[in-house]
Amino acid sequence: MSGGIEANFVKRFTGGPEIRVESMRTGESASVTVLFGPSGAGKTTVLRCLAGLLRPEEGKIGFGGQEWSDASRGFFLAARERGVGFVPQEYALFPHLSVERNVAYGLNGLDGLNVKSRVAEMIQWLGLEGLEKRLPKELSGGQQQRVALARAVARRPKLLLLDEPLAALDVPTRQRVRGELRRLLKEAVIPSVLVTHDRTDALVLGDDLVVMNEGQLLQQGRVHRVFSRPANLTVAGIVAVETVQPGRVLDRGELVTVAIGEQRLLALGTDLPPEIKEVFVCIRAEDVILMKGEPARSSPRNCLSAVVRGLTAEGPMVRIDLDCSFPLSVLLTRQASEELGLKQGERVLALVKAPNVHLIPRVT
Amino acid sequence: MSREEWQFVEFTARMAVLSTLLLLPIGLAIAWWLARVQWRGKVIAETIITLPLVLPPVVTGLLLLKLFGRRGPVGHWLHEAFGLEVVFTWRAVVIALAVMSLPLFVWAARAAFEEVNPTFEQMGRTLGAGEWRIFFTITLPLAKRGVLAGTMLALARALGEFGATIMVAGNIPGETTTLSVAIYQYVQLGQDSHAWALAGVSAILAFAAVWGSACLLRRRKA
Repeated sequence: MSGGIEANFVKRFTGGPEIRVESMRTGESASVTVLFGPSGAGKTTVLRCLAGLLRPEEGKIGFGGQEWSDASRGFFLAARERGVGFVPQEYALFPHLSVERNVAYGLNGLDGLNVKSRVAEMIQWLGLEGLEKRLPKELSGGQQQRVALARAVARRPKLLLLDEPLAALDVPTRQRVRGELRRLLKEAVIPSVLVTHDRTDALVLGDDLVVMNEGQLLQQGRVHRVFSRPANLTVAGIVAVETVQPGRVLDRGELVTVAIGEQRLLALGTDLPPEIKEVFVCIRAEDVILMKGEPARSSPRNCLSAVVRGLTAEGPMVRIDLDCSFPLSVLLTRQASEELGLKQGERVLALVKAPNVHLIPRVT
Repeated sequence: MSREEWQFVEFTARMAVLSTLLLLPIGLAIAWWLARVQWRGKVIAETIITLPLVLPPVVTGLLLLKLFGRRGPVGHWLHEAFGLEVVFTWRAVVIALAVMSLPLFVWAARAAFEEVNPTFEQMGRTLGAGEWRIFFTITLPLAKRGVLAGTMLALARALGEFGATIMVAGNIPGETTTLSVAIYQYVQLGQDSHAWALAGVSAILAFAAVWGSACLLRRRKA
């Protein structure tokens, strides 16, 4: 038995969608598992089933060898008994209770002195000193999030569940809180499952990633692995790999040679089944390097000559659309782009390492 | 106002408060149940609870008379088990007032409970709280204004009740005669000045209760 969640269940809503989770697993100790997918994918439903707030119609949920739910024999452990910390969307702090009393709410089993010290410990950990007597409506979004985290963690839960913890924050706060939340989740040393539809949140916060779409669990694994090696086109679309082009395998040696139209590319292709010929070639925009000058034969780097078709500013980054006989999207910092003096219509070289060219089997 | 008139006011006030105290736990339970639990046949329960609001009060009184009379099912049991007389005593007044003001209270409290976001209650569950603790520390405090407004409305309704009370408790001065019954009687006897004095007191009490509950409900919206 593993220390994390093992879940295999189906949740149905009358007249609504069906959420089907097959062999979902999460890590142990301080690992953060991100439930990722577009809105409406069923992520929140899965989280609520794990919390014991929804009862699955079929299948089992277990945690660390303990059974939480088994529909076949009508067993269901109530939310109250699971020892799970929950941070819902918008935080749902009790509006009539002060920060202190919100944090203390789950400490009912402890005596007064212990409650006091535990609350003080939480307040200090999350830097909420001086806000103890405030009501939730007198706090900023970031402060509310920390109080919600304190309230959930104060009971020392076995598992922490967070539903879109950053969605209620404005953009500047969000960026600051994102990194802070990762640190806090690691410090709490509680395994956590976090729901988000935001790619950056998933990349920054997660150790493991579970991708969902339309009520189905599509892929799970280490975050970077899932992002760089999506199992199929749907996952590639969800994790937003910028360039996805149909290609054909020409040759398999140490590296795989694929053709996209006239272009030839080298890929690692280690997890590509040998019989596959038709593929989708996936390249992440941040994995492309641009330079000017003559193509150098520095294998295993793919060196493509390209023409700049367009530049779009995206915050501190610039997205560059290239034409190298197929459209290729590149993400550079604004500074890097200025240093290269990129302009529309200009010729550049696009460099992509073979391990960064990911191949997905294409069913034709 | 004479001592006798004050006695009617004081007696009615005491009965109204007692009846409100009696209906509070029952009314809260029913209101919570209607607001939070989904079940088949809920509409029928809602209808029965609302009935005293629209049924002629005299009919409600008649039903209570048959129910609590010495030969009625409840009245018989109360007499056998505890030796309690209900009909034509102050106890009948309390019961009549409670039944008549229950629907008003339940409607107000139920609306207030429905406005409480169930997420707060779910949070309570994940934090290890039982349903009683959740009700008293989360649901009830968050529905406080609506419940208080309902309580005031129920109290106002009880202060003015006539039809059901006279059926089940009669008109025994000093024992079961309430404000409204006394006013009726004074008019019957041609003592209009007494009737006017009591009518004035009734109007003031009713105004205060309705105004208070309206204030509570408006501030909740803000």
